[in-house]
This record gives sequence, C-alpha cells and structure tokens, in this order.
Amino acid sequence: MSEQIILSARGLDFYYGPVQALRSIHLDIPAKKVTALIGPSGCGKSTFLRCLNRMNDLIPGARAEGSLTFHGEEIYQKGRDVAALRRRIGMVFQKPNLFPMSIYDNVAYGPRLHGIRSRSALDETVERSLRAAAIWEEVANRLKRPALGLSGGQQQRLCIARALAVEPEVLLMDEATSALDPISTGRIETLLGTLKDRYTIVLVTHNMRQAARVSSRTAFFLNGEVVERGPTERLFSMPRDRRTEAYLTGCLG
Amino acid sequence: MTPRHIRDFAAKALLWLSAGAVSALLLALAGYAGFRGAPELSWKFLTGQESILGGTAGILPSIVNTLVVIAVSLAVVLPVGVGAAVYLTEYARNHLFVEGVAFAAGVLSGVPSILYAMIGALVFCDKLGLQKTLLAGSLTLSVMTLPTVLRTTQESLKAAPRSYREGALGLGAGKWLMIRTLILPASVDGIVTGCILAAGRVVGETAVLMYTAGLSMVMQDFSSLQSALDASGATLSTALYVYAKERADFGAAFAVATVLLFLTAAINFLAAAVGRRARRV
Repeated sequence: MSEQIILSARGLDFYYGPVQALRSIHLDIPAKKVTALIGPSGCGKSTFLRCLNRMNDLIPGARAEGSLTFHGEEIYQKGRDVAALRRRIGMVFQKPNLFPMSIYDNVAYGPRLHGIRSRSALDETVERSLRAAAIWEEVANRLKRPALGLSGGQQQRLCIARALAVEPEVLLMDEATSALDPISTGRIETLLGTLKDRYTIVLVTHNMRQAARVSSRTAFFLNGEVVERGPTERLFSMPRDRRTEAYLTGCLG
Repeated sequence: MTPRHIRDFAAKALLWLSAGAVSALLLALAGYAGFRGAPELSWKFLTGQESILGGTAGILPSIVNTLVVIAVSLAVVLPVGVGAAVYLTEYARNHLFVEGVAFAAGVLSGVPSILYAMIGALVFCDKLGLQKTLLAGSLTLSVMTLPTVLRTTQESLKAAPRSYREGALGLGAGKWLMIRTLILPASVDGIVTGCILAAGRVVGETAVLMYTAGLSMVMQDFSSLQSALDASGATLSTALYVYAKERADFGAAFAVATVLLFLTAAINFLAAAVGRRARRV
C-alpha cells in the first residue's frame, strides 16, 4: 500500500501528573484517510488525539515522553510554535463550542487571527468553508445572526466550517457527534465522506458503527495502550486480539 | 396539629419576624433621613454653594467633588486591577505567588478604612507631595478598592467558558489574542459590577477623604490641569460629617444624607441591571 504517513507515534508515553495515561503508543496516521480511534471510556484515545495538536498543554502537570511526529518533526519539541501547529491540525470538540458572535464572525475568527483583513477575501473564505461543511444553504441568508441560535447539529457543522476556514491539513474530531441526534450525526458522517479526499481526519468515537461506516483505518485503545490497529474492515471482521474481539462484541467496556 | 406542623409554623414565624425586623429597620432609617432631609432639599441647595457673606447654603461643590473622586479613582483602579487580574489568572505560573496575592487582597479588603487614610496621608499627601487634594484622596481610594476590582475580575475571568479557550487555541490563536477577543469580552459584565461596587465604596467613604482630600466646601476650579490637580475639598459624605459634627447643622446634614441615599440607590440599581444582563448572556 502506497500511503503517506503524516502523523506518527513511536513509543509515546503521556502523563497527567503522576498518572500515566498512555503507554508506549506506536501508531501511524495515513494522509487523506479517516482514522478511527475506538475503545472504552478512559482508555486514552482522547488523550492521544489531544497530543496531536497539543491541546493537553492546557492541563497543568501534563507531559509527554517518546516520539510523536507531524511530517517527521517532533510535535513536543522544545520551542515548537504550538499556535502554528494547531493551525495545521484543526480540532472539532465533543460539544459545539461556538463563540458568542455571529455565524460569519465565528467562521472568520481563524482567518482574521492569521492576518486576513480584506473583506472580499474573508467573504470568500467564509462561504467556501460553510459550503465545505455542508451548512451554507441553511445559513446563507442569516450570516449576521448569532451563531448560538442554531440547532446543535447545525452548530457542530459550523464548528467544522470554522476549523476548515484556517485550511488545516488534519482535522481531529473528539467524539464530535456524541451530543447530536441521529439525523445530525448522519449529516456529519456524510460530510466526512466528502472531506476525506482533502483532509486527514482522526476521529475518536464511542460509536462502533460510526467507526465502521466512515473510517478506513482503526486503532483500538485499552488502558492507555494500542491493543490492535489495522484496516477498519479487517479489524472489525477478523480481530486478531482477543480483547478487540471482546470489545467489538460488547463484552468489554 | 402534629409536632411537625408546629415546628414548621414556628420556623416560619421566626424567619418572618427577622425578615420583618430587618426591613422595618432599613425602611425606618431611610425614611427618617428622607423625612428630615426632604424639607431642606431645594434646587438652590443642590445647585448652589456655601457663602458665609452671602448667607447661602449649597452642596454643588460636594456633588462635583464626589463625581470627580469616583471618576479619578476608577480611572486608576480599573486598568491596574483588571491588568493584575489578567496576569494572575491567565499568565502567572507560580502558585504560591498567586495564592499569596489572593490572601493579601482578601485581608486588605477587610481592613478598616482609617488605615488606608493614614497610609494615603503619609504616602500620597506627604511623601509624594500631593498635599490634601482630591487627587491624593482619589489615589488612596483606588488603593483601597483595588482588592475588590481585582477579585471580581479574577472571578469573572475564571468563569469564562472553557469552550472559548479550547475553541480559540484550537484554531491557532495566541494567548493574548484569545484573552482580548473572547475572555475579556465574556468577563466585561463582571468587571463592570466590580467597578460599580468600588464606586459604591468611594461614595460611602469618609475617613480616607477627611485625611487626604480636605474639607473645603467651596467650588474648586477644574478649568486647567494645574488647578484641577490642586483642587481640594469635601465629597458628599465628608460634607455630611462637617455639617453634623462641626456645625451641628442637622437640617443640612439630613439633606446631604438624602442625596447620598439616592446616589447609593442609583449605583445599586445600576449594579443589579448589569448583573441581570450578565446572567442573560
């Protein structure tokens, strides 16, 4: 298989103070594919996801050891420009976290941050991002209205649009549909299908069917370790590890 | 009646009695001041100034001085207090230092104001050579209200939703940009509430101003910077002290008290309105 590896963990350990949350993780994330991270609560999958854009930095006492690279460069290297890293690795959170501003200003927040001032350039970016997140039709005539007036599913797609507006290479999704109803979830899954040609997507999910539906690679986490990883189809149909099978059949977690 | 009913009834009666006593006391105080003060109030009294030769009484100078002292002390305490709060909550890494400042601020906000009066007189009036002026009084009051503004700001910064931080940082925002575009705007109502509380303390303060701002009741000259810096005189609460204690002119004292009541009520209404707006967002 000739796929390019964009993110790569080699013996990554991660600690919250004295508690070790990740143990010697070895995992490659291929470019322009959807990779699903599955596992029971507290298994470390979200921690791993938040290592990729160093969102864990916000937690006092958190530290990483071992190697975690993005395009071959260490993510946890001293002096690394974390803001620049996060610009290239965007994130969508479990709950929609829009800002108390208009729909337009939410999407334009990132581009403005990175120095785009021209009205026409902003208009164009906002429209392109909203179209890419499949929400343009619903909000085109109310861009100046408060974003927090939208429904939960719309808010989450707007969060995706906001993340896309800074043109990241990677999109991290931390259980991004777990707070949504099935119809909104379906919309976002369809959306992921259209985004994976252009973006590398890493998805944490509790929903096994979702992992099976949208991802091409899956990694199964348990107690801070990667128990098994591989092509989604193979991992779901012929798990090699007993624990993976137990989890997939609902006997674990 | 079962014992449970009796206990319920007794508890309710007790609570009602204490609530009634408190409201009666407050209403009686305000009512008495208003009853004694209202007849003395007149347009002339509010807009005139005292003149022994002319035989007139008036509190316009004190009203102006009060507003000047509020404005100057807020103009000093607001940037310093908010800036310190942002540093302590968002940037400071040394826990001991942050806790130490919080402890000191807690102690200082409970210190009797006469202590601030003494320190203000020694530092601003004497050491810095400001003499007894409205400026020295305002500066002393901004030191006195600093703990309040610091604490309310810190609390509202901490209350800013975590999702704003994650959202902004996740898009590659720098820390200051996140603070400026999301955290401070989300905290603005808390900051305003802190300022209004501070203004309330400024309006009510007497001891500090007696020692640092002077007792003159003559209109000061604010037309040039130099004369404004030299301006010195009584605010409404110090004027009340002068009328009641030094001149035994209780009519005027009650009139000033009535004006003070209205001013304090206005500040409290403002605080409540801002608080309501904060909760709505």
